[in-house]
Amino acid sequence: MTSARHRERHAASDRSTREPPFIKWTLITVALTFAGLFLLLPLLNVFVQAVSKGWVFYWKSIADPDTQSAIRLTLLIAGITVPLNMAFGLVAAWAIAKFDFPGKALLLTFIDLPFSVSPVVTGLMLVLLFGAQGLLGPWLQEHDVKIIFAVPGMVLATLFVTFPFVARELIPIMQAQGTEQEQAAMTLGAGGWRTFWTVTLPSVKWGLLYGVILCNARALGEFGAVSVVSGHITGLTDTLPLRVEKLYHEFDSAAPFAVASLLALLALLTLVLKTLLEWKTHRQHAKGQQRGAEPAALNSEPGSDTAHFIRPSL
Amino acid sequence: MSIELRHVSKRFGGVEAVSDVSFSMKDGELVALLGPSGCGKTTALRMIAGLEMPTAGDIYIRGQRVNDLSVQKRNVGFVFQAYALFKNMSVFHNIAFGLKVKKWKRGAIEERVSELVMLLDLCGLEKRFPHQLSGGQRQRVALARALAPNPTVLLLDEPFAAVDAKIRQELREWLVHLQYDLKLTALFVTHDQEEAMEIADRIVIFSHGRVEQIGTPREVYESPATEFVARFIGVMNVLDVEVRGGVGRAGELEFPAHGHGEGERFRIGFRPYAVSISSDPSALRYRAVVRHTYFLGVMMRVELELPSGQTIRARVTKEDYARLGLADDREVSFQLREYRLLASEGGLLEPEVAVAREMPPMLGEGI
Amino acid sequence: MTEKRFNPLPGFRLTLGLSVFYLSAIVLIPIAALFIKALDVSWADFWRLAFNARALAAYKLTFGASLVAALANAVFGTLLAWVLVRYRFPGRRLIDALVDFPFALPTAVAGLTLASLFSENGWLGRFLVPYGIRGAFTPLGVVIALTFVGLPFAVRTLQPVLENFDRGVEEAAATLGAGRLRTFLTVIAPTLVPTIVTGFALAFARAIGEYGSIVFISGNVPYQTEIAPFLIVMRLEEYDYTGAMALAVVLMVCSFLLLAAINWLEHWASHFEKQ
Repeated sequence: MTSARHRERHAASDRSTREPPFIKWTLITVALTFAGLFLLLPLLNVFVQAVSKGWVFYWKSIADPDTQSAIRLTLLIAGITVPLNMAFGLVAAWAIAKFDFPGKALLLTFIDLPFSVSPVVTGLMLVLLFGAQGLLGPWLQEHDVKIIFAVPGMVLATLFVTFPFVARELIPIMQAQGTEQEQAAMTLGAGGWRTFWTVTLPSVKWGLLYGVILCNARALGEFGAVSVVSGHITGLTDTLPLRVEKLYHEFDSAAPFAVASLLALLALLTLVLKTLLEWKTHRQHAKGQQRGAEPAALNSEPGSDTAHFIRPSL
Repeated sequence: MSIELRHVSKRFGGVEAVSDVSFSMKDGELVALLGPSGCGKTTALRMIAGLEMPTAGDIYIRGQRVNDLSVQKRNVGFVFQAYALFKNMSVFHNIAFGLKVKKWKRGAIEERVSELVMLLDLCGLEKRFPHQLSGGQRQRVALARALAPNPTVLLLDEPFAAVDAKIRQELREWLVHLQYDLKLTALFVTHDQEEAMEIADRIVIFSHGRVEQIGTPREVYESPATEFVARFIGVMNVLDVEVRGGVGRAGELEFPAHGHGEGERFRIGFRPYAVSISSDPSALRYRAVVRHTYFLGVMMRVELELPSGQTIRARVTKEDYARLGLADDREVSFQLREYRLLASEGGLLEPEVAVAREMPPMLGEGI
Repeated sequence: MTEKRFNPLPGFRLTLGLSVFYLSAIVLIPIAALFIKALDVSWADFWRLAFNARALAAYKLTFGASLVAALANAVFGTLLAWVLVRYRFPGRRLIDALVDFPFALPTAVAGLTLASLFSENGWLGRFLVPYGIRGAFTPLGVVIALTFVGLPFAVRTLQPVLENFDRGVEEAAATLGAGRLRTFLTVIAPTLVPTIVTGFALAFARAIGEYGSIVFISGNVPYQTEIAPFLIVMRLEEYDYTGAMALAVVLMVCSFLLLAAINWLEHWASHFEKQ
């Protein structure tokens, strides 16, 4: 984590510890070309293709009843999964970050598991568990509960793939903060709940928000896992990403892009929020460092109290 | 002259980190750049090394102007505060790095490294990696690495700040011995006045990017050139004095007016050792009560509270403390043996009044 | 449970219990279902289903393309991270924010837009296709899509390490007379290798499981541009649950091995980072 002051030192550093300008600008050019081709162009392409048949067609594609129902279903699924995983993240982070117990490392590994499972395999696992041929299939049929090829299965699939986001974000932050503040609150007479609400939660709120943003982005955009368990019933079990695929297979040139542009806008919104959060926590950190006085080199330890550069998850 | 800075300034953006600094050091000298955090001393050191470029002024190493010489070609040894060891290299390869760059022959490199390993007591650690070393060992490797290519001058940036007190003391002694044995010219940056007083031949005191005073440890302690130096080096009682009735007064304490008119103010300072204490409350000029005692080893520092509530700090030996039967809340009397006039705004003192003054007999009544 | 130190904070049993319960319900039980179902299949059947010619072709494409994409990300991701951390230039903040774009963008949209860019009439395809470079409906398309989704992993893994890189070390090399190239090769690069390898492994792991973006760009032709996850979906659509399950078990085992490797790599890298 680099404080503003550290940056200044970089910038001020003398030419003999930097690359010659020729090399510097060559590297910048290559990197920018790559970023332009691989990041900027695909983004612009979505919006240009979306309106390639004009705005009227664009609005018609979005106002289509099937698209409208896909929007509603996507929001419903995110609305269920994000709060659940957020609650889990807080609960798990409290247990893992504030206490020591045998099997902690194993629990952490299990929390990471969904990152390394292919979304398609996730869907398949749910089919094998809840499907007609699945382990619980006969029992579910008997009681007339439909999970696969219905909304509950899609919710479960989304819960699985977005499971680690909030917890992974909170655990390192809470661990870095230790238990001293909570203990101080308790010596002052605060109970468990009060300590959590007034001490713990405020100090991890930005990390929590960050995790929720990432979790939400994935919940809105999940394709593979949801696709396997949805059954692709138009107007009933299509989310926005599934709707994009369906329109694509209908060989329409603009309609899938129109729907995709909604998702791309959400992605952009995610990026903006994420960047704002990083700046905010960054600035807090820089302030803390300035207060931290003298040896700049010693203070350049990675500050783990902020949500900077969270590595995207698998 | 080994190193000379002439009117050197450095600006970072809008901030002048170093302004118009001039000083020089002789071959074989150990000089400290001393000052509080952010006073520009590290920047001055980095400019000598070539890690920063001065905005104005000239830097000379052995009589050669080095402003346009890159850091690689200045042949300085630099020891970094946080060691900056190459963590992918063993101790041997860390020390050998500068020699390899300078294309020494393999045999010569091995010989030189083993020489330094002996010198810095790193025997048996050659194959270790930095993360396998203690803090003191790391800093000694950093020292060996910097010394290996026989630098013209050794520059050390807060070299002992990152280790604990005991190791710090050991490393200081290392540096003094090395400097003496190898006849090194060394310049080190520190914010610890005790460290500077203890090991430096001369001290350059920095404040807000300017040099406040240059002198031997004794000179800066006994004849501080400015109020800043007086306060920064050792303990100093500083009082605001106002002239009333032809006498300078600060609470109960009285001083000659020194040519100041009625109602004018000036500042004086005196060191704790300049206070004489008697256990008889009426033996000396001022009455006071002992408020606190601080144990400093051989010496004791006592805080004296005058009836008005004003406090001053005095110093007595442990023996005198016992002989006088001093204790907290004990009533005593005291007087000042000497004091200094301080220039009003913390600027430079007039040289003629910077010498210590005897108390005039008319004010020092009764013993 | 043996508690080493008394901890006055409340809620341990409750939060740990809830965590384990929720983890089991959402994650562990479905994973267990896969392996329990797999036990019903005989070894010979499993071998036939998991390693037939079509499956082998799919693995080859999945792992081959993932490897190439992860290598591309190791190179360009390192370059991008270096440029973003070390240099100041107009647009730096924009690019820095955009690095996460492949992560924030739903994979279906990524596949859609990449396929359109590289198709014959696309913005890039119209220049590339005349030279025989076909990015859509070819194995190259798979590589392109996987490079896109893996890029944030390579960049974001290296970036913080580069930001925290002790400038003093470079300065020390300079005061000892080393030039810039020498400093880079002997002092900087060796310390970054474990982190670059970790980023590579993460991008690789992500690529193996990827499905959404590939569906759009690869064309999904059996034996040619069909990836393993797509083959699982095909089996499912044929109601061949056993076939799908066999493929899934192979993918899962590979992912777990990779996960273990990544954990070990991260341990190595953090060990390396500490001085």
